[in-house]
Amino acid sequence: MKINHNLAVSESGFLFNPGTGESFTVNPIGAEIIAMLRNGKSRTEIIDSITQLYQVDRNSFEKDLQDFNGILKTYNLLEKDE
Amino acid sequence: MEKKHYERPHIVRLDAGMPGKSGLRSELPPTTHIDGVAVAELIEKYGSPLFVLSEKTIRNTYQKAYKAFSTRYPKVQFAWSYKTNYLSAVCNIFHQEGSWAEVVSGFEYEKAIASGVDPKKIIFNGPAKTREELVLATENGSLIHIDHLDELYMLVEVAESTSQKPRVAIRVNMDTGIYPMWDRFGFNYENGQAWDALNKIMHSGKLELMGLHTHIGTFIMSANAYAVAASKLAELARSLQQKFNHQLKYIDLGGGFASKNTLKGSYLPGSDTNPTFNEYAEAISSALINSHFTPGELPLLILETGRALIDESGYILSTVIANKRMSGGRRATIIDAGVNLLFTSFWYQHQVTVAQGTSQYREDTSLYGPLCMNIDCIRESINLPLLNVNDHVVIHKTGAYNLTQWMQFIHLRPNVVLIDEKGEVHIVREKEKLTDVSGSELIPEHLVKINQNS
Amino acid sequence: MSRPIYTIAVTGLNAIDSPGPGVAVIRGLREAASFDVRIIGLAYESLEPGIYMHDLVDITYLIPYPTAGADALLERLLYINSHEKLDIIIPNFDAELYSFMKLEAKLRDSGIHMFLPTFQQFEERHKVNLSTFGKKYGIDVPEGIAVSDSSEIHKHADKLDFPMMIKGKWYDAYVAYNIEQARTYFNKIAAKWGLPVILQKFVHGTEYNVTGLGDGEGNVIAAVPMRKQFITDKGKAWAGISIDDKKLLELTTRFVSATKWRGGFELEMMKSGDGKYFLMEINPRIPAWVYLAVGVGQNIPEALALLALGQKPEPYKTFDVGKLFIRYSWDMIVDRSEFENFSVKGEL
Ligand SMILES: Cc1ncc(COP(=O)(O)O)c(C=O)c1O
Repeated sequence: MKINHNLAVSESGFLFNPGTGESFTVNPIGAEIIAMLRNGKSRTEIIDSITQLYQVDRNSFEKDLQDFNGILKTYNLLEKDE
Repeated sequence: MEKKHYERPHIVRLDAGMPGKSGLRSELPPTTHIDGVAVAELIEKYGSPLFVLSEKTIRNTYQKAYKAFSTRYPKVQFAWSYKTNYLSAVCNIFHQEGSWAEVVSGFEYEKAIASGVDPKKIIFNGPAKTREELVLATENGSLIHIDHLDELYMLVEVAESTSQKPRVAIRVNMDTGIYPMWDRFGFNYENGQAWDALNKIMHSGKLELMGLHTHIGTFIMSANAYAVAASKLAELARSLQQKFNHQLKYIDLGGGFASKNTLKGSYLPGSDTNPTFNEYAEAISSALINSHFTPGELPLLILETGRALIDESGYILSTVIANKRMSGGRRATIIDAGVNLLFTSFWYQHQVTVAQGTSQYREDTSLYGPLCMNIDCIRESINLPLLNVNDHVVIHKTGAYNLTQWMQFIHLRPNVVLIDEKGEVHIVREKEKLTDVSGSELIPEHLVKINQNS
Repeated sequence: MSRPIYTIAVTGLNAIDSPGPGVAVIRGLREAASFDVRIIGLAYESLEPGIYMHDLVDITYLIPYPTAGADALLERLLYINSHEKLDIIIPNFDAELYSFMKLEAKLRDSGIHMFLPTFQQFEERHKVNLSTFGKKYGIDVPEGIAVSDSSEIHKHADKLDFPMMIKGKWYDAYVAYNIEQARTYFNKIAAKWGLPVILQKFVHGTEYNVTGLGDGEGNVIAAVPMRKQFITDKGKAWAGISIDDKKLLELTTRFVSATKWRGGFELEMMKSGDGKYFLMEINPRIPAWVYLAVGVGQNIPEALALLALGQKPEPYKTFDVGKLFIRYSWDMIVDRSEFENFSVKGEL
């Protein structure tokens, strides 16, 4: 899972993809995950970090993360897995 | 350190023309309490899904409606339309407020009698009354509204053998400018059927003609249609007066006032566009007062208002079972209340709110019930906060027709509670048990055992 | 003497190919002889061009769609009022008028004035009721009927004949040449604008429009007739010319005095081959081409603002005949941050 590197994410949760001209809004957890992806964090690291910070169990979050990834993929925000 | 509240990660593309999230800032606030009682507590105590009725709202709505009419017209009587919601607790609230009963079957008639309603204050409508029911209603002195000629003839026959004269009215159907025109019930005004039936009644000498009845349809968005209906019935009353010197006791304009729900396919919300009780009352009272009746002759005005009196008092509390994503990327949320409980979601766009605080993020969701049927959809598209499994939602304005037309299909039916005016919660219908359903079944001897060899 | 400064909020900033009237209304207000203005834009979507026209609009706020209901709108307007102290709101969309009319009294309590048609006027002139309206006021209208089920089209096809106009309750109109097309358009319109859908007899002829202003007491404050010179594929005038047509002005006077019309309006007329005028539609608000009226000497937005404040502006009696308006489009260069700001904060 690798996020497109030229993505600009603003403070207010506004995300602009200069490659395609598309704009998005992201909620704070979404923004946190994207930031971790940019920093090259692994899936497990992300899960560890979020479940430590938030009231959510591993299973539920894993499911939501997978769903989130799915959307990032649909929106072409992830780099293709090699 | 206390962990932070979790919200699902969420990203949404800003499509051209799509409103930004502030456009949605005005989304309805969460419904954490109903009449001061916490939704979460209600669910914890009485289970989910749960039907909740507010006694306060029922009484307030009734009083608002009654006042709208009684300040404009001298003699007004509401008759609670049982089919709309015949839970005894609900019926009795209306009876305590002064409502008569309006029933359309032997079953509903029995129910009203059992609740202690004075039989003379029961209006018996409907196209399918049996001879036995007509005999009973006649002996009791109830008001029988004749739907068709076969019933009229049967009633003349019944009158031969009963000790009382049947007290009757006829149901009239007519063109009030409303589409569709409900012309399958009663006798038509425009083509003279109604006048013909009235003549038959008067000439028979066997029936006591008390009034005229119409029910022009349901969820009527035009107050003026009622003015047309009232004028037409007043015309018939005038003809009776002229030809037979017969004074009618009442004019019954049936039900049909729109509640505050929003119909599917309408652009503006029903709470903005649907006529108020005052508007209906103004149209009807003006039509009657401006007709030929002298002040002393004005007949009693009966109203069988159903949905407009009870819709707003009803809520369904429900719990999120799962979040899914459909093949096209659309979000779908499954809750534990479906069309088995919410029959009216076929034509209403029911308002749904969440029962707990949320962030400002919203997503477009399809809201599905728990049945394994494609039709089990509460809202095809609704903007909701990001719901987690086990979160609660509140479906609004569900008081009319759902507690009578719900079905025991796939799931047993849940508890129904009433919050009284002091905020006390009462179960008014217990949740069903397996034996409620299978208890009345009989199994032939050879089918009792499923393992034939044992 | 210094002129008063009014703070006026205006909707309809979508100056696109099927434009809302907002930008034209604002130009009228900015050119008003009797007052100066601060303009507050009210927008539904973040790409409405008016939001980014900083020489015309001082600040714009996002407001909720009419579908959210009048209460949601009120809440937002009161929030905006708390920051901007509005004197007047001029709503410019058909679909939002109902909500604003509902709020008229409440907004007045907060010191915000509007000058809108009454509910009765609004309902009577509705496309759905146009036939009755024509009969009541003795104005020729094309035969029409509102239907709620596409199967009914068949029933009325004989009487109305093809081609037939299929119109939405709020917006959209299509010409159908056969029953299949009629059904397709019915479904398309019903899905977007709800029921009923209006079927109307197609009248052959030339289109004329009048924009004007009634004072609510039966007097015409302004009226300018225009003939469309060029019509886009969406049926909008892209160029038009002011004309001197006594009959049109007479009809307008009859309309205003009979209905005691309150507020701005646009009459859409069709002149048939034999010189007879049919009233096709009454729009209960200022049209997008109102700047032509301003340009020929009748500043309708200004007069409307004065009426809203309870003043009695002199009726305009004359206008320049034979002046054209020719619309053009204009590409603005906007920084992404502006779009982002408006999208996220709902204010710009
Ligand atoms: C005869 C009669 N009266 C009253 C009602 C109540 O109608 P509503 O709920 O539309 O007010 C009905 C409903 O179908 C009815 O058939």
